[in-house]
Amino acid sequence: MTLLDDFFWRAIIAGLGVAVLAGPLGCFVVWRRMSYLGDTMAHSALLGIALGFFLNIDLMIGVFAVALVVALILFFFQRQKMLTNDAVLGTLSHASLAMGVLIISLMAWIRIDLMGYLFGDILAVSLIDLYWIYGGGILILVILLMLWRPLLAITFDSELAQAEGISVLVVQLLFMLLIAAVIALSMKIIGILLVTSLLIIPVSAARSFSNTPEQMALGGALIGISSVILGLFTSLYFDTPSGPSIVIAAVLFFFAVQILPFKQFKY
Amino acid sequence: MLTTVDNNVDEIGFEISNQTLIKSQSLSFLIGEKKILSGISLNISKEEIVTVIGPNGAGKTTLLRLLLGLIPVSSGKIFRKQKLRIGYLPQRAVYNPVLPLSVRRLMNLTGNFSKIQIEASLDETGVKALKDKPVSQLSGGEYQRVMLARALLRNPELLVLDEPVQGVDYMGESELYNLIGNLRKKLGCGVLMVSHNLHVVMASTDRVLCLNQHICCEGKPKDVTQHPEYLRMFGLKTTNSMAIYNHHHDHEHDFSGKF
Repeated sequence: MTLLDDFFWRAIIAGLGVAVLAGPLGCFVVWRRMSYLGDTMAHSALLGIALGFFLNIDLMIGVFAVALVVALILFFFQRQKMLTNDAVLGTLSHASLAMGVLIISLMAWIRIDLMGYLFGDILAVSLIDLYWIYGGGILILVILLMLWRPLLAITFDSELAQAEGISVLVVQLLFMLLIAAVIALSMKIIGILLVTSLLIIPVSAARSFSNTPEQMALGGALIGISSVILGLFTSLYFDTPSGPSIVIAAVLFFFAVQILPFKQFKY
Repeated sequence: MLTTVDNNVDEIGFEISNQTLIKSQSLSFLIGEKKILSGISLNISKEEIVTVIGPNGAGKTTLLRLLLGLIPVSSGKIFRKQKLRIGYLPQRAVYNPVLPLSVRRLMNLTGNFSKIQIEASLDETGVKALKDKPVSQLSGGEYQRVMLARALLRNPELLVLDEPVQGVDYMGESELYNLIGNLRKKLGCGVLMVSHNLHVVMASTDRVLCLNQHICCEGKPKDVTQHPEYLRMFGLKTTNSMAIYNHHHDHEHDFSGKF
C-alpha cells in the first residue's frame, strides 16, 4: 500500500476538476457579491443529501435539485422586492439546514456519516463521481464560456446590460444553475459546510495579481488546484478531513499573496 | 407592454412627426396599488435636450426605465422611432473593485468596437488619456465621462442620461453639461436627462419637465422656474416670485405632494 492507493488518486483527480470549475465561477460569486448565496445553497445541500437517502437516488442529484429550488425561491423573492436578499437567504439557509437534519434524524434505519458529509471525505469519491465531475464539469465550462461576456456586463451594471440588449433574466438563471451544479459536484470532496470556500478563497487570492477578469479566473483556478493538492496530501498523511485541509491550504495561499509585493500590478 | 410603431402614424392615428425620437402617451406605472407615475405624455425630438427634474421619489428614474423598455408599463403607450439607437448612462452604480476592469475593456463590455472607435469616443469626452486605467481608480467626473463615451460608441440618436453629474464637483458639473450640449450639436442626437441641480442644468437645456408622479409643468427653463408648481417644489430661489408665467396648469399639490 502506497501513495498510489486508488481512493487517494480519485480524490486528487476529483479535487482538480472541481478547482478548475471554481476559478471562473468563483470569480462571478465574488464580483456579484454573492458569497452568502453560495453559503445558503451549500447549507441546503444537507437537505439534498437527506432527500437523496430518503428517495434512494444519487446524492449529487439530490443536492443539485435542492440547490436549484433554493435559487428559484430566491429569484421569486428578489422580484417581489419586499425582503432584502440577506433576509431571504438567511431564512432559506436555516430552513433547509433544519429540514435536512430533521429528515436524517427521522430515518433511523439509515446510518449516515454526518462528519464526512459536512467536512468532506477523501474516501468518499467513487469512480462514478469522477464521471459526474468531468462530464458535468466540461458542460459547465462550455456554458460558462458562452455566458462569459453577458455575465460580465450584467455584473458591471445589470440595467445597462439589459438596455444594451442582454437577456438578464436568462443569463442570471443559467448562472444560478451552474452554481448549484458546482456545489453538487464539489460536495463530497470539500464537504457541505466548506463548499463555497473553494469558490471564494482562491479567486480572492488571485485578485491581487490580476489585471483582467480572465487573469483572475485563471489565477483562481491555479491557486485552487494547488490548494487541492496540498490539502489532500495533508489529509492523507495526517488523517485530517479533506475539506478543512484544502481550505487551510487555500487560506495560506491567500495570505501569502497579500504579503508578496505585486506593486507592478495597478489594477 | 412596450409598443413600437412606424415612424409616422400608429394604429390609432396618433400623429408623430418625423422629428420625433420617442413619445409617450398617458403612461402610467404602478407597483401593486401604488401609483408611481401616471398620465405621462411627452415627446422628445431630434437634437432636443429635455431635462426631467423633480424631488426624490418623483419617479424620474422610473420614467427613464419605462421609456427604455427596462420595465413594463402599467398602461399607456410608448412610441419609438424605428430602430432607435439609444446611448444610456445609468445612475452611477456602486463599482465593486474586486472586478479588475480597465477603461478600454469597459468600453467593449457589450459590443465589439475597434481600438480606433474606442479612442475616438474617449477623445470626444476628453478622457482618452485614461484608456488603460483601471475603472476602480477613476474619479467621479472621470467615471461619468468614460460612461458617456461608452454611450457615444453606439452612435446614438438619443442619449438617455440619469443624473450625469452624480459624484462630480461643481466646476465639473457645468463642464459636463457644456460637453453634453456640444455633443448634441456635433452628433445631432436628442438628449433626455434627469437632474436635480436646477441652476446648472437650466443653461444647457431646451425644455424642462417638472415631475412629481405626474408632469407638474413643462416648458422652457425660464418659464418653468417661474411656475408656481416649480416654486412650491423647489422653494423661492428668485425674487420675482410674482412673475408672469405663460403656460397651463390644472391642479394643485398639498404639502405632501398629493393632488
